[in-house]
Amino acid sequence: MMSNLTGAERTTAMTIAGFGALIGLAMAAAGHGDPMGVHGWIVLAFFGVLFFIVASALYSPEPVEDRALSYYDDPTKVGIILALIWAVVGMFMGVWVASQLAWPDLRFEGAWSGFGRLRPVHTSGVIFGFGGNALIATSYHIMQRTSRARMPGQISPWFVLLGFNLFCILAASGYVMGVTQSKEYAEAEWYADIWLVVVWVVYFILYMRTLSRRNEPHIYVANWYYLSFILVVAILHIVNNLAVPASWTGAKSYSLFSGVQDAMTQWWYGHNAVAFFLTTGFLGMLYYFLPKRAGRPIYSYRLSILSFWGIVFFYIWVGSHHLHYTALPHWVQTLGMTFSVMLLVPSWASAGNALMTLNGAWGKVRDDATLRFMMMAAVFYGLSTFEGSFMAIRPVNGLSHYTDWTVGHVHAGAMGWVALITFGSIYALTPVLWRRETMYSWKAVEWHFWLALSGTVIYVFSMWNSGIIQGLMWRTYTETGTLKFSFVDSLVAMHPYYIARAFGGLLFLTGACICLWNVVMTILHVPQKAPELDYPTSSEAMEPALPAAE
Amino acid sequence: MSILTFLIPVTLCMGAIGLAAFFWSLRHGQYEDLSGDAERILHDDDAPLVPAHTPRPPVATKETTK
Repeated sequence: MMSNLTGAERTTAMTIAGFGALIGLAMAAAGHGDPMGVHGWIVLAFFGVLFFIVASALYSPEPVEDRALSYYDDPTKVGIILALIWAVVGMFMGVWVASQLAWPDLRFEGAWSGFGRLRPVHTSGVIFGFGGNALIATSYHIMQRTSRARMPGQISPWFVLLGFNLFCILAASGYVMGVTQSKEYAEAEWYADIWLVVVWVVYFILYMRTLSRRNEPHIYVANWYYLSFILVVAILHIVNNLAVPASWTGAKSYSLFSGVQDAMTQWWYGHNAVAFFLTTGFLGMLYYFLPKRAGRPIYSYRLSILSFWGIVFFYIWVGSHHLHYTALPHWVQTLGMTFSVMLLVPSWASAGNALMTLNGAWGKVRDDATLRFMMMAAVFYGLSTFEGSFMAIRPVNGLSHYTDWTVGHVHAGAMGWVALITFGSIYALTPVLWRRETMYSWKAVEWHFWLALSGTVIYVFSMWNSGIIQGLMWRTYTETGTLKFSFVDSLVAMHPYYIARAFGGLLFLTGACICLWNVVMTILHVPQKAPELDYPTSSEAMEPALPAAE
Repeated sequence: MSILTFLIPVTLCMGAIGLAAFFWSLRHGQYEDLSGDAERILHDDDAPLVPAHTPRPPVATKETTK
């Protein structure tokens, strides 16, 4: 890894790491006695380790060849491994908290291990740790290949990837210590949020600079999806995390907004995070890896562009459907509901486009589990976007809201769509990235596919059942007009579904473990096979690109 | 609901950025050859199909793109 960096770049990396370590030390000193102090030590240790990794290779041989003649894949490789490690950790947390709901004793009497603290570790672990690392890694790959150009710097890709992981570590360790803003999917406190803004701005600049160096006139549609993910998440993150720290030496802060105003901001953020973190970036993955793996162009490229602009213009308005029947003005709820229903059009355009691309290649889908991951992802994308539009309709929401139906819906999207497309992309990408012939074990990929699919189906079906039973029990009246069931009655009715849910999650987690093992074995044991034409070029004769002036 | 006087302009602003990006893409020939654009990512080389050190055979779709 270090052999791709020049001496000057190694010095720059050491300076950044040293500076970060100093900030960590300052945080540790200022926040003594507060969770912020613990975070200071974590920051110090993180940058300290990086400092020594770079320092130990400071005088090793420098690259002699012209680096602009090849793609920069080292950060992508590390990102893929990190994504899979986070997947195992985050999904394990998910299985644990799901089991706590069925068997509350699994809390083991600890304050840190209560449901309220571990659940955000699960959600942040899978969304940001697994999803975020996979998005960053695949975006590095796709932006370089579709632009036929190398990334502009050697340091900034590492800064983005590792900086983002530092944010994830600060977030997860904070939750366990009880640090939270109490905003769903935005629980991390103010200093972690500020750090993420810095990382994200560098990410955006890196992406734009790579595109501006492209040797290919057209910007492939996947890049638009990734760009919208980066840009919109930056704005959402900044607005929703506007907060005043209670003091500069502690983790606690207070939101700038209060009451229903804060709830509106939170769900404006929350649903757009679903849109631009969990949808557009992964659609970018789909639009690159699915045609690539199937060996045929996307069915309608025109439609892929149309659905991109449709998603961008519709999604932003739907957040208020999370606040039906609340103090939020009625017209704002109706606005959110209307746009949610309209959103079905661009969503199904993408899902249909993906499936039509496979139409005519069903033999490949049958034989190739990697492609089957992507196909099932498109199916679940279509299913959960239909369900989402349906659940956003106010009377339907009256039944589904606050029940497990919502949880089932979210997981149909998160497991069925986001995780399956990510696993499919990882299986397609790993041999290309490490220059290997194939994956280590195609049987393990098959096993993973069926474990993931059955886990998702068990999970989603049990939550559908449990949620609708819950919703119906809560609205059943006796003849005298009182509620027929107490809350505990509904809780008892849910118990078997909670056991089924934990089992479904366990199957899914097992699949993720198999994936990590398979990727590691591929790197260690599968023979090398280098593609001769994997370098930046704009030439018809496939000659390497002239190095950009640096 | 004073928050809406903040959130709606922010959202409209994001829409305006999107619109500007769309017009940029329209004026810079991004939509001139959609089928070629869709096809070209398949030929960029990562699929390790071509034997070492042999020139890449010309690809039919490349002709339509320029």
